[in-house]
Amino acid sequence: MSESRNAILGKLRAGRDAHPLTPPESDFAVLRNKRWDGAERLERIKRMMEAVHTEFLETTEADWPADVQAFLTAQGTRNLLFGPATEVGARLSSAWTDGGPELIPYADRVETFKERLFDGIDAGITTTLGAIADTGSLIVWPTPEEPRLMSLVPHMHLALLRADALYDTFWQAMTENRWADGMPTNALLISGPSKTADIEQTLAYGVHGPKRLVVVIVR
Amino acid sequence: MGESSINFAKASSAALQDQQLRGNFRRAMDGLMSKRAVQFADTAEWNGVRALGASVRLRALSKLPELLEKLEANCTRNGIQVHWAATTDEANAIVLSIMQRVNAKLVVKGKSMVSEEMHLNAFLEKRGIECLESDLGEYIVQLDEAMPSHIIMPAIHMNTKQIAHLFKQKIKEAEYTEDVAQLTDLARRVLRKKFATADVGVSGVNMAVAETGTLCLVENEGNGRMSTTVPPVHIAVMGLEKVVEKLEDVPPVISLLTRSATAQPITTYVNMISSPRKEGEKDGPDEIHLVILDNGRSGIYADEELRNTLRCIRCGACMNHCPVYTKVGGHAYQAPYPGPIGSILMPQVEGLEKRGELPHACTMCNACVEICPVKIPIVEIMGRLRSEAVHPGDAVRGAGSHASKAEAMVWKGWSMTYASPLAYQFATALLAKLGNAAPTSLPLLKEWTNVRTKPRFANRTLHALAREKGIPDV
Ligand code: SF4
Repeated sequence: MSESRNAILGKLRAGRDAHPLTPPESDFAVLRNKRWDGAERLERIKRMMEAVHTEFLETTEADWPADVQAFLTAQGTRNLLFGPATEVGARLSSAWTDGGPELIPYADRVETFKERLFDGIDAGITTTLGAIADTGSLIVWPTPEEPRLMSLVPHMHLALLRADALYDTFWQAMTENRWADGMPTNALLISGPSKTADIEQTLAYGVHGPKRLVVVIVR
Repeated sequence: MGESSINFAKASSAALQDQQLRGNFRRAMDGLMSKRAVQFADTAEWNGVRALGASVRLRALSKLPELLEKLEANCTRNGIQVHWAATTDEANAIVLSIMQRVNAKLVVKGKSMVSEEMHLNAFLEKRGIECLESDLGEYIVQLDEAMPSHIIMPAIHMNTKQIAHLFKQKIKEAEYTEDVAQLTDLARRVLRKKFATADVGVSGVNMAVAETGTLCLVENEGNGRMSTTVPPVHIAVMGLEKVVEKLEDVPPVISLLTRSATAQPITTYVNMISSPRKEGEKDGPDEIHLVILDNGRSGIYADEELRNTLRCIRCGACMNHCPVYTKVGGHAYQAPYPGPIGSILMPQVEGLEKRGELPHACTMCNACVEICPVKIPIVEIMGRLRSEAVHPGDAVRGAGSHASKAEAMVWKGWSMTYASPLAYQFATALLAKLGNAAPTSLPLLKEWTNVRTKPRFANRTLHALAREKGIPDV
């Protein structure tokens, strides 16, 4: 359909050239100036995310696998989807003790276990690249080892957040880390469990994505 | 007067009689307005981010053809297949041919206003392809066989009771309940099965980044992520104005969009897609197609003033604040885009013959202009379109189609009267003497008096009173 392509672009070019447009400067100061102190950032992230039903689990580098297991056991979670080929996955499976929820590796293409993924998995755990104070958002870049659906299909999503990986704004996170030089297949901001207000403006959680989002803060 | 095939006046009178509908809208709009105001309580911040957002959109428009080419090149490099459609027919044909090639039977859709513009569901269903809306609001509207009444909250015209009845009636496994959590959960169960088995996912695009070839989608429910991740093929449809130049242009626009639309600092998900499934990746679609739709937009772009319509980021705030929309609701407009933005966009896309009435669905109060996050001069464009509708020309399709001899004569008489002091004195003196005697049923007067009381004329003109006080005529 390149005929349409050329016709559309030709029309746009003629229209613009007949009446060029000089846009005002883009002044990013309003984003650049949004700053919070170290401790304030995490406080704000927690406050904003809790306001949309996110739960928090505080733990340490040494204890997080055991704490996650204890938490899930207490919740009655039957199983946990994880990425076996990541460092986090290795920690998790070596520290996991018998009697806890079953660890299910996301090791193959989704086509091989789609039915189970949609019907039989209670929780999934992923890493994050940090969090954003301005909006209370987690930055998640899925990878081949930690695929996209891990943070979407299971009823509960656990997200590991390093307490030192915090940004002021979305803009700061993407400019400082030069995202524009190479975007991944999928980059996400996640700011709570899935929700809707489509029925008479009444907020309901867990519509299509996870019903619960648990941020595991690792210090 | 040109034939208007769509009758807003009639539909809005009917809507005004519907107390249930008015209540539903009033409640929803009041809530949205006050919550939005809280989000933008910091005036300096609002001014800053709004100016930035407007500059991002204007910069994109200033380089529109180049940015679209760049978007195409970068998407193609990333493995996203780009298609161009001059009309909605062409866009539908492109979508259909992809679906036929992969033998698609079931399509799940994330929310997309462009697909509403294309009437894609009806088009595909006629060809035997089931097209399921997965955004809860769109799902409700689809079950009800209705149209969305708001671009952000499609089912805003219905209350819980009405939705409860609808679910009971249309969904096999439904038990009657007015519990919103249970209704939501029911939709979750029904749609999960569909996500898992759909052949194609269709979505809209909130923004496409030329610099990186990235499609950005914002949403709360997760249905957008499902539709763009689970099925083996993802087709994204976008209006050609949705491009931005740089990745760093995305944060300010998203911030304006989510706060203006639903008063959230951000939506639950910001989903940025730059490529189909790569070698070694375990999920995601194997194919992504981006359909770039013109449908009259390149014509709008050619006009310096009307071009501003294309800044729109589809936040819906102008609807929530419009004294007309909030009273009559979205359906009266009988258009995919209702409210102020619809009233300026629809006539330009579909022509003034068909949509010439919509620019009159406006009191010119300017409320929409004050809250528009990208500063679109909506009311000025409204005035321009009113004028285009009665003056033949080629800026807008159907220009001149609403021209009326009687109206033209009235305006001519009015301007002659106001240009000549003598004629003015004569006319005002005449009205002071005879105005109160004129029957309310006079042909032109009737248009005003059938919904309003006739004003009473003072029996002395202001000029006469002033002269009495010793103030001379100039
Ligand atoms: S015209 Fe402005 S307020 Fe209305 S939907 Fe578009 S961006 Fe939002």
